[in-house]
Amino acid sequence: MTVQTLKTEVIGNGIGGITKEKVEIEKERMRGADMVVRALEDEGVQVVFGFPGGAVLPLYDALYDSKKLKHVLTRHEQGAVHAADGYARTSGKVGVCIATSGPGATNMVTGLTNAYMDSVPVVAITGQVPLSSIGKDSFQEADITGITLPITKYNFLVKSVEEIVPTIQKAFYIAKTGRPGPVLIDLPKDLTLCEAEYNHNGNFDIPGYRLPEMSGNGVLVKVVDLISQAEKPVICAGGGILKSGSEKELLALAEQLDIPVAVTLMGKSAFPENHRLFLGMVGMHGTAYANYAVSECDLLVGIGMRFADRVTGNVSNFASNGKIVHIDIDPAEIDKNVITDLHVVGDARAVLSRILELAGQKHLPAWNGKIAAWKEEHPLNYENKGEGLKPQFVVEKINEITGGKAFITTEVGQHQMWASHYYKSVVPRSFVTSGGLGTMGFGLPAALGVQIANPEAVVFDIAGDGSIQMNIQELCTAVQYQLPVNVAILNNRYLGMVRQWQELFHDSRYSQTDISCQPDFVALAKAYGCDALRVDNEEDVLPALEQAIASPKPFVIDFWVEREENVFPMVPAGGSINKMIRG
Amino acid sequence: MKHTLSVLVENKPGVLTRVAGLFARRGYNIDSLAVGMTENPAISRMTIVVDGDEYVIQQVTKQLDKLIDVIQVLDITSEQYVERELILIRVNASPSVRGEIMQIVDIFRARIVDIGKDSLIIEATGDLGKINAIESSMKPFGIMEVVRTGKVAMVRGPKNDNE
Repeated sequence: MTVQTLKTEVIGNGIGGITKEKVEIEKERMRGADMVVRALEDEGVQVVFGFPGGAVLPLYDALYDSKKLKHVLTRHEQGAVHAADGYARTSGKVGVCIATSGPGATNMVTGLTNAYMDSVPVVAITGQVPLSSIGKDSFQEADITGITLPITKYNFLVKSVEEIVPTIQKAFYIAKTGRPGPVLIDLPKDLTLCEAEYNHNGNFDIPGYRLPEMSGNGVLVKVVDLISQAEKPVICAGGGILKSGSEKELLALAEQLDIPVAVTLMGKSAFPENHRLFLGMVGMHGTAYANYAVSECDLLVGIGMRFADRVTGNVSNFASNGKIVHIDIDPAEIDKNVITDLHVVGDARAVLSRILELAGQKHLPAWNGKIAAWKEEHPLNYENKGEGLKPQFVVEKINEITGGKAFITTEVGQHQMWASHYYKSVVPRSFVTSGGLGTMGFGLPAALGVQIANPEAVVFDIAGDGSIQMNIQELCTAVQYQLPVNVAILNNRYLGMVRQWQELFHDSRYSQTDISCQPDFVALAKAYGCDALRVDNEEDVLPALEQAIASPKPFVIDFWVEREENVFPMVPAGGSINKMIRG
Repeated sequence: MKHTLSVLVENKPGVLTRVAGLFARRGYNIDSLAVGMTENPAISRMTIVVDGDEYVIQQVTKQLDKLIDVIQVLDITSEQYVERELILIRVNASPSVRGEIMQIVDIFRARIVDIGKDSLIIEATGDLGKINAIESSMKPFGIMEVVRTGKVAMVRGPKNDNE
C-alpha cells in the first residue's frame, strides 16, 4: 500500500485581495483487496463471516492486516450467510459474508434466498475467476450473479478496480434501505490485485432505485376513519414492525384503540406476548383465538406483513367478514396475495406515528370480551399425562428460566412451531426464525451471528434432530470463537413435521421420515468441544437448562421427547384458517 | 387485454435478463419486447406488450418498478401513441406471381428489399393491424420465413417522460 500525498496549491482571487491556501489531499493507492477491507470498515462493519478460497486469496490477505474487522470462520459458506443473517436481524446492522468463487458462492444460495424471503439486509461478497477467464468454464467458475438474480435484492459483477468502492457503497445502501434484502457483489480475483486510488465518499447514483414515497395524509385519515368505525378490529403485525423499529408505536396504537394484535411468524416479538391484547400467531399454526378473531373481524389492519399463504390459508375466506387495510413499505406487496380495501405505502414506524396522532381513544369491551372467551375456551395447550417428555414442556421451561428475555433461533419444523407457541418473547427482535423459505439448518449458524451481535445475551437454538444435522459443523465455529450458544434439540428421531403431515394426510405411511439412525448428539457435541447432556424426563429439564446457561462453553442438550407428538392447532394447506385440526 | 408498457431501464449488461427473468418467474406472458438505446446512451427503452387482466398488469408494473435497473414504467395503453413494428417476409415468388405481389406491396406502402430466384424479401413497417394484414395477404403465395421486431411505441404530443 503506497500513500501519495498530493500538494495542491489553490490560488483564489478573493475580493479583498489575493488569498493563497494549500490544500493537502491524501490519495492512497492500494490493491483492490485492501479497498474492499477499507470500504467495509468505512461502512462501519465490525464483523464478517466467511470461508476462504482461491479467488478470494488476495481479499483474505488484506483481511489479515485489518484491525477493525473481525472475521469469523464458519465451517461452511451456508453457515456464513445464515450467521450474517442472524447478526443483521438482531443488531440492526447489515450482515456481511464472504465466500470464494464457484462452490463457495453456490453454497451461499440457500442462505441468500432465506435472507431475501425474510427481507434481511445482508451483503455477500464472492470471489470470481479473473475477468479474462469469465465465460470459459474455468476452474471454480460459476455464474453467481446469474444464479442469484431472482434471490437477491440486487447483485453486481464488478468490472474494474475503480468500481469496487462505489459498488460496496451502493450494496450497503440498497441492502438496508426500503424493504431490506441481500445484495451480492461478485469480485473477479484480478481486480483485487490491481492498484488504484481509494476514494470512499457518499457520491453514487442509482437512477432506478427510489425509496417508496409515503402515502399522503388523505389515505391515513381514511384509515383512521375505518379504525374508529370498526367494532371488531384486529391488527396483524409482521416482520416490518421489527425492521422499522416501530414496536413502541404498535403497542401505543393497540392500547389507545383497544385493538387486539395477532402476529405473523416474522412478527413474533413485535408485541409483548404477556399483554392482554396479544392474540398470538395467526395462520396455519396460529392460535384458535387469533384465527377466529381474524375470521370474524370487521376490520383487519395488516402492518409490515405480506399475507403469505401460511398466514391466509384459503384467501377467499380470509378476513372475509371485514375490510382489509394494508400498510407496507413495498408497493409490490399491495394487492398481491389479498385484495385490500385500503392501503398505505410507507415505513411502518412513520405510518404508525401519523396514525397515532390522528386517532382518538377507543374501548372495545364487547369484542375483547368475546376474544377473552375464545382464549378461555380454546387455549393453546397440549396433553401432558406424564408418560414421556413432551417437546412443548421443554420450550415452556426455556421460557420460564429465561423469562422470555433470551434470544431464540430455530431450525424449521415441529420444534419451530412449538417454539413459536410456547416461548413468549418479550424483547423485540429476539425471535430469529426462517419464516419465508423454511430453511432447515438455519438456527445454529444464525445463533452464532446473534451471539456475536449480543455478547451478553442468553441465546438458544431450539432445534430438531433432523434440522440440526444440516449445519451441525458450526458447533466447531461456536467452540473456536467461544460463543456460549445453547442448542436444545427436541429429538423425536423423526423428521417430525413431515411425519405429522404423513400421519394426517397420507394414512400414517412414514415414508423416509424415521431418522432413528442418528449420531449420539452428546458425544458428537463433545467431540466438537462443546458441553453436552441428554435429558429424557421432566425433572432433569430445568437443571440441564440452568447448567447450559451457566456454562461459558457452547452447550448442547439432547432432549429425547415423545416421538409422535403433533403441532396443533393446524390448518390443512389451503384450508380456511377458522377450520383447524385441534388434535 | 393487451397492454403496452414503455419502460426506461439502465443501459447495461444483465438488464434484459432481469426483466425477462421477472416475467418468467412470476408467470406473466410477454407478447413482444423491443429494446434499444434512447437519446441518452446510458438509458434504454423497452416496449413490452403484455397480455393479462387488470390484476396481472398491476403486478407486472409494480414488480418491474421494483427492479433496481428499471427507472420508469409507463402503461401507455390508454394514451394516444404512435406504434410501429417492422416485419421482414421471405415469400415464394415465381416470376408468374411477382407482379401480383408487387401490387400488394405497393398497397401496403411496403418495399421489396431483396430478390432471389424464386423468392422476394418484403420489408414493411406499420402498426400491428397493418403488419398482420400484409403477413396474411402474403400467405397465399407461401411464406418461407418471417422476422418481426416487436412493437415500439411513442406517446403523441410533447415528451412526457415525467407523466
